Formats: sequence, structure tokens, C-alpha cells
Amino acid sequence: MSMATPIVTPVEREDYLNKEYGVASWLLTTDHKRIALLYLISITFFFFIGGFFALLIRLELLTPAGDLVQADTYNKLFTMHGQVMVFFFLIPSIPAVLGNFLIPMMIGAKDLAFPRINLLSWYLYIIAGIMMLHCILTGGVDTGWTFYTPFSTAFSNTKVIEAGLAIFVSGFSSILTGLNFVVTIHRMRAPGMTWSRLPLFVWSHYATSIIQILGTPVIAITLVLVVAERALHLGIFDPKLGGDPLLFQHLFWFYSHPAVYIMILPSMGVVSEVIACFSRKRIFGYHFVALSSLAIAVFGFLVWAHHMFVAGISVYAALVFSLLSYSVAVPSAVKVFNWTATLYKGSIHYDAPMLYAFGFLGLFTMGGLTGLFLAALGIDVHVTDTYFVVAHFHYIMVGGALMGYLGGLHFWWPKISGRLYPEGWARLAALIVFVGFNLTFFPQFILGYVGMPRRYYQYPGEFQVLNVMSTAGATVLGIGYLLPMIYFLWSMRYGKPAPDNPWKAAGLEWQTQSPPTTFNFEKEPVVTWEAYNYDEIDTGHKEEVKVVG
Amino acid sequence: MFDNFPLWPARASTAAGNVDALYIFLIIVSGMMTLLVFTAIVIFAARYRHRRGVLAEQIEGSIPLEVTWSIIPLGVFMVIFVWGAVVYFHSRTPPRDATDVYVVAKQWMWKLQHAEGQREINSLHIPVDRDVRLIMTSQDVIHSFFVPAFRMKQDVLPGRYTTAWFHATKAGTYHLFCAEYCGTQHSGMIGDIVVMEPAQYEAWMSGGNTGPLSATGEKLFAELGCATCHRSDTQGRGPTLQGVFGQPVQLQDGRIVTADENYIRESILDPGSKIVNGFKPVMPTFQGLVNEEQVNALVAYVKSLSGASAVKTNTAMAQPTAPAKGNQVQ
Repeated sequence: MSMATPIVTPVEREDYLNKEYGVASWLLTTDHKRIALLYLISITFFFFIGGFFALLIRLELLTPAGDLVQADTYNKLFTMHGQVMVFFFLIPSIPAVLGNFLIPMMIGAKDLAFPRINLLSWYLYIIAGIMMLHCILTGGVDTGWTFYTPFSTAFSNTKVIEAGLAIFVSGFSSILTGLNFVVTIHRMRAPGMTWSRLPLFVWSHYATSIIQILGTPVIAITLVLVVAERALHLGIFDPKLGGDPLLFQHLFWFYSHPAVYIMILPSMGVVSEVIACFSRKRIFGYHFVALSSLAIAVFGFLVWAHHMFVAGISVYAALVFSLLSYSVAVPSAVKVFNWTATLYKGSIHYDAPMLYAFGFLGLFTMGGLTGLFLAALGIDVHVTDTYFVVAHFHYIMVGGALMGYLGGLHFWWPKISGRLYPEGWARLAALIVFVGFNLTFFPQFILGYVGMPRRYYQYPGEFQVLNVMSTAGATVLGIGYLLPMIYFLWSMRYGKPAPDNPWKAAGLEWQTQSPPTTFNFEKEPVVTWEAYNYDEIDTGHKEEVKVVG
Repeated sequence: MFDNFPLWPARASTAAGNVDALYIFLIIVSGMMTLLVFTAIVIFAARYRHRRGVLAEQIEGSIPLEVTWSIIPLGVFMVIFVWGAVVYFHSRTPPRDATDVYVVAKQWMWKLQHAEGQREINSLHIPVDRDVRLIMTSQDVIHSFFVPAFRMKQDVLPGRYTTAWFHATKAGTYHLFCAEYCGTQHSGMIGDIVVMEPAQYEAWMSGGNTGPLSATGEKLFAELGCATCHRSDTQGRGPTLQGVFGQPVQLQDGRIVTADENYIRESILDPGSKIVNGFKPVMPTFQGLVNEEQVNALVAYVKSLSGASAVKTNTAMAQPTAPAKGNQVQ
């Protein structure tokens, strides 16, 4: 879509950004949009901390010998890279920033159902973040982000309790956000905004919230048990105290597998919005895409033990969990097919958000298909705990989730900031991220099948070439991630002022001004149209809708 | 060049071929799916790019299409599931007359005891064409015994035995990795699997051998005074151990358990947990009195009382090709 901006009126309108200034007006705000920006700043900060750890990991792995940092330091680096990225970036990323900002507007509400709880959840996140930073700065932790027992409870002599409690607190932030979304989506929809008119972004956040509410308490309990065993020597997981180390793994993955869907479902929501807008079409199979989000959320709770096929569970348990794992693959495949079909007979524009959505489709497809390898018992035995797994989950959690996050940030940036970002730079960044990502992680599939175990500080020489490729790719990827931060910051001052609906997009959030006022709408909107009514937007009247097949 | 740029791991066990065949199948299937989706995206993206004056055609969706692209992938997934399950089942079911090797993992080394008596650290010598069963435990944290060339991996847990088996098909030296993160020197917890031709293996085995592990166990059994209660007749205060291994045991609480390695191990270290019907819980624990390797020796001895595993070992050696049948690609 061309970025031809209409003539800008110099009249200063009141909006959520310029309504009040001063630190207190931000730190005590209950405006969901301001809280979203608080989250944006805080998770970006943690993203760069986690990214810095990743950089050091890749540099260490440039050579087979352990030469850049000490073995213990390396172990802390990959541990804290995982913990920071998972709990302090990926899980809050799209829900707490874009979800917070957009859900009330998308459903025609003034704010979330519980604005103060929304602020509380940011404070909990910040408290958890400070605890995590304190843990990092006073020595860090080396258990792997998975906290496997009895290593974490009886053998590690690092700050396990500090890290565990930080993640414990961050969990409450996540639970409260999920709770707020569920109540908001149930209770705050504008007149006419029926369930089947909800944007798919809202549907995917609804599914995400269910996982956050039902899953997060389990990781909280698990971490408390780890702390109890480590601090009080209660025998829960350590066989020496009469515990069972596999119990820990069951509890841990009961949350941590669904947590992957906390990261990817919101991203899928973004992709649905973006593909619809830049194809000028309603989403093919709206109901199937919406329901597949719920299916993923529900089935996602039934597959946890596929992380444990070689851990010592029974052959029959392994068979059941392998079978169930494929049940999650079906709704994921359905989504990909529907997005692809949406392009058919569209009118496709190649703006940066759409490039990110294409990137998402590519990386998520590859991440999903390699998941089929891992769910196949016979293959899993060989590739689990190798770089194959590392590559697989990065394709999903970074390739998929982060592509969606960046695509969404670009798409809604005009609404959030009131400014346009530089389109040329943004397209370039999308390309760099895609290429850099594949260069970094594709070699790791090969590396894993050849046999390089994950979490190795030093490795046999034959693995070096693939590792060098991966490190080279990571450098490109790093540049790709830095670019948007630079031009987004630039655009806040120098970007052209954004019109209210620069993409001519459907959705209530585009019918309010950019940036919106504190209460989003002048008066409560009444919805009389279906979701993704691009025909009405582009022609001014409703076109005949075909049902094919 | 391929020395430092391997694209495929060495294939040195019967399981390796099975895993590779499924892996190749999956590469083909997922390659086709990727091609299908990517081709569709590229064609649509090019064919339906925005043109002035041309509007998108609104399409609601299609239930027959949705059903088709749910059912077909599901069918493909079920093929993968069954195939994967068959490969897994095979890799988890050790042949009856496999040779035992006891593995004790600790931060950060592998200690291995052959049933024939040899002991090794961070290397395992085995003959080609023999079924080898690993009975593994850890002294501290969880480790994982991973031999990429055999496509074999099994976590090694403290406080219990886990088992795995393989059948090497090609002489050579292969990597042994610890695959479960275990602390500072995790990446240093590596070793060699040395697969030898039978004759060389015989020579290696006879060098400095101290006699079979079960003999070590027998000596220990006497030294610890086990024989006072566990007599070879039925008059002892504890149950006789003759012929017990591998048999069902009736417990006091009515349960019936199989006397496998884990049961013997538990009975030594935590004798109160499973009391044999008709006996009193009078046995003291040997936790702390015997180390993991000594427990292994005792287990090997108890096993030898039920049909002498040493004899089995010899038969397995005499007919090295027999168990290989049925291990072909499914």
C-alpha cells in the first residue's frame, strides 16, 4: 500500500500520549495503552539482555575449545538467556504489549475490565524483573532454564532460589494479564461485537489467556517445591531424600509445553490481522482459524511428556504422548492452510508487516514440520537434547513468535505512536531478519542430527563449520533486530504523522484517531458489520461472498 | 573436507538404519508439505499482487476444503506416529540374551563394568555384532548416555536403573556424549565407544581381567554377611536368592512384582519398601555401605544365581549373528 499521507493538520489533538506529562502520569496510569507502552519499554530492555547472552553464547561456540568464557560462565549464559527470553520477553511480548494496547479497542471498549489489576501486573513484572536482574548481577544461575532436579535442588551452587522466585513472581503478572483479557473479552464487547465478529487477534488472545490462567499456577507450584527442597531439604524430587526427579519434569513441562503456545498463539493472531489487511480479504475459514486457536490451547495441555521420551518414562506412556502430540499439529496445519488460502484471489500489498507475516509463515511451517520429527518416538530418541531441538524451538519461539511480534509492531505502530515508520528500512529489516534467522538456525538441524548435544561449552572439532555458519547468521540476525529499534525511535520524532487508518484496515482500532484518546472512542461504537469487511472498505458496499468447494 | 563438515552421522548399529529410514521419510514428507505451501504462497503472492482497479474476491471459506486439509495431514501424521512407535519399541526392547554392561555416571565421568569383569572409565570396548544391554544409574544428577552413531540415547537417573541396548554393526571408534545437562563439565563428560572385531575384543578382554562381575559380587555378598540370612536353602531369615531373578515375587501387601535389576537394587538400598510375603522387615539398609559399582556387582551376582549370565554371555558370543534378525528397516 502506498504511504501517500493526506495533508497533515497541524492542530494538536488530545490523545493518550499528550494528555498528561510527568513520571507519575505514567507510573500510576490505568490506561491500557500507557501500560502497554510501559511493557514495551521493559520487555525491550530484557530482550537486549537476553540477546546479549545469546551473542556471547554464539561467540563462545565459534571455536571447539572453550576459550572465550569459563565453563561455569557459559552454563550461566545459556541458562539466563533462556530464562530472560522465555519469562521476561516472549511470554509477555505480544499479549502484554499489543494485546494490552489493542484488545479493548478491537472490541470497542474504553479499557480492560480491571485497569488497576492491569497496572498491578506490570508492577509484578517489574518486581520480578528486578529480582531476576539482581540474580544475574550477583552471580547468576546455571541450571538451564529447565531447572532439572536434582541438579537444581542439590548440586548447583548458584542462585537457584533467587531465579526461581523471580520467575514465580513474573507468573502472577502473566496470570493477571490472562484473567483481565478473559473477563474483558466476555464482558466488555461493544453492542453488535458478537463472538463471530471478533478479530482473530482477540480469539487467539482468548486462547492464550486460558493457558496463562490454567498453566501458570503449575509452574509456580513447581518452583516453590524446588525452593522448598533446596532450602529446607524436603524430599520431593531428589532420590537421596526419597523424591522422584521425573515428577519434577512432569510438573515443569505441564506448564512449559503449553507456554510455547502462550508465545505462538498471539503471534498467529497478529498474522491473521496482517494477512487479511494486506490481501484486502476476509480470512479464509474464519471459524476454523478461531476454533483452531482454542483447539491448540486445549490439546496443548495433553502433550507435555513428549519432552521426556528418553527420561525414563514407560514405553506405553511414551506411545500415548506421541500420539497426542500429533493432535496439536493438525490445528496448526489448518491455520497455515487457511492463511495461504486467504491470499488466493486477494489484492496483495507488500508492506513491511506483510513481509513479516510471510516470514512467519515460512519459519512457522518449518518449525512445525520439524516438530513432527520430534513427536515421532524413534527419531526423538536420537535428536532430543541435541541442537535439532534447539533449532526446532527457535523456529517456533523466535522465528514464529518474534516475526509476529515485529510484524504486529510495524502494523500498529502508526496507531501506537501516531507516526509512520520508514517503510524502506522496515522492509529491509524484515528481509535481514528472515535471512539471518535461517542462517543461524538451519545449520543447527544438521548439527543436531549429526549428534551435537545442546548446552555444550566445548565440542569435537568436526562440528565447527556448522557452528561457524550459525554464529555468522546470528550476527546478521542481531543487525536485523537492532534496525527496527533504531528506526522506531527515530520515527517517534522524525516520522511523518500517521493518519487514523493508514492501511485502510478493518477493525475498530482503526476507526479511532491515531494515537487514540484515553478512552479510545468518542462514544461507544455499535458494530453492524462482519470482521474483515474489506469489500465494504474498498468499494463502499458489500460484495457477494463466495463459498468455494 | 567432510571431516569437519559432517552432514550425516556414522551408521554403526542396527537401530541406526531404522532411525535413518524414518528420518529420510520425514524429510521427504515435510519437504513436500513445505514445497506445497511455499509454492502456493509464491504463486498467489505473485499472481494476486495488488493492481489498480482490481479488487480482491471475497471468499468465506470452504468446509470440504477444511475437512480435506485436516484429514489428509492427520492420516500422514498417523503413519509417522506408527512408524516412529515401531522404531522406538524396537529400540526399547532388549533381546533376551544380551550381554550386560553396568554404567555408573557421575559428574563428570562414565564408569563402566562389563559382566565379564573388565572395568573402564570414559570408554567402552565392545565387539561388533553382539547385543549389548546397558544397565545404568547415576551417583548424583541426571545424565544421558548418547551414542549418535548408534542413534541411541537414554537418561541416566540417580536412585534407579534405566536400561538401553544396542547392536553394533561396524568396527570403529564413536562418540559417547552426555546429553542431559549436568553441571560445569557437562561438555567434558564424553568418551569413546570402541567397537572391535570379535578376535581383537577377545584379546582386549583377556588382558588383566579380574574375573566376572558376578564373582566380585559373590565375594562382596560373603563379606557383607548377606549369606547369613539369604541362604541357598529356604531356612534363612531372608528369602533365598536362588533362581529369584526375573521371576514374579509375591509381596506382603499382596502386590506381585518382577524381580528385575531395579527390584534387586531397591531391596539392597531400601529393603523395607518391598517385603517378600512371609518374611519380616529385619534387613538393614546398605545405603552408604556399598557404592553404586558394588551394588552393580551384587545385582550381577544375584542374576548369576538364576541361570548364570556368564554362560549366556558365552552363547551370545558363540552365535554373534543370531540376534540381528528382524532388525531391518521396517
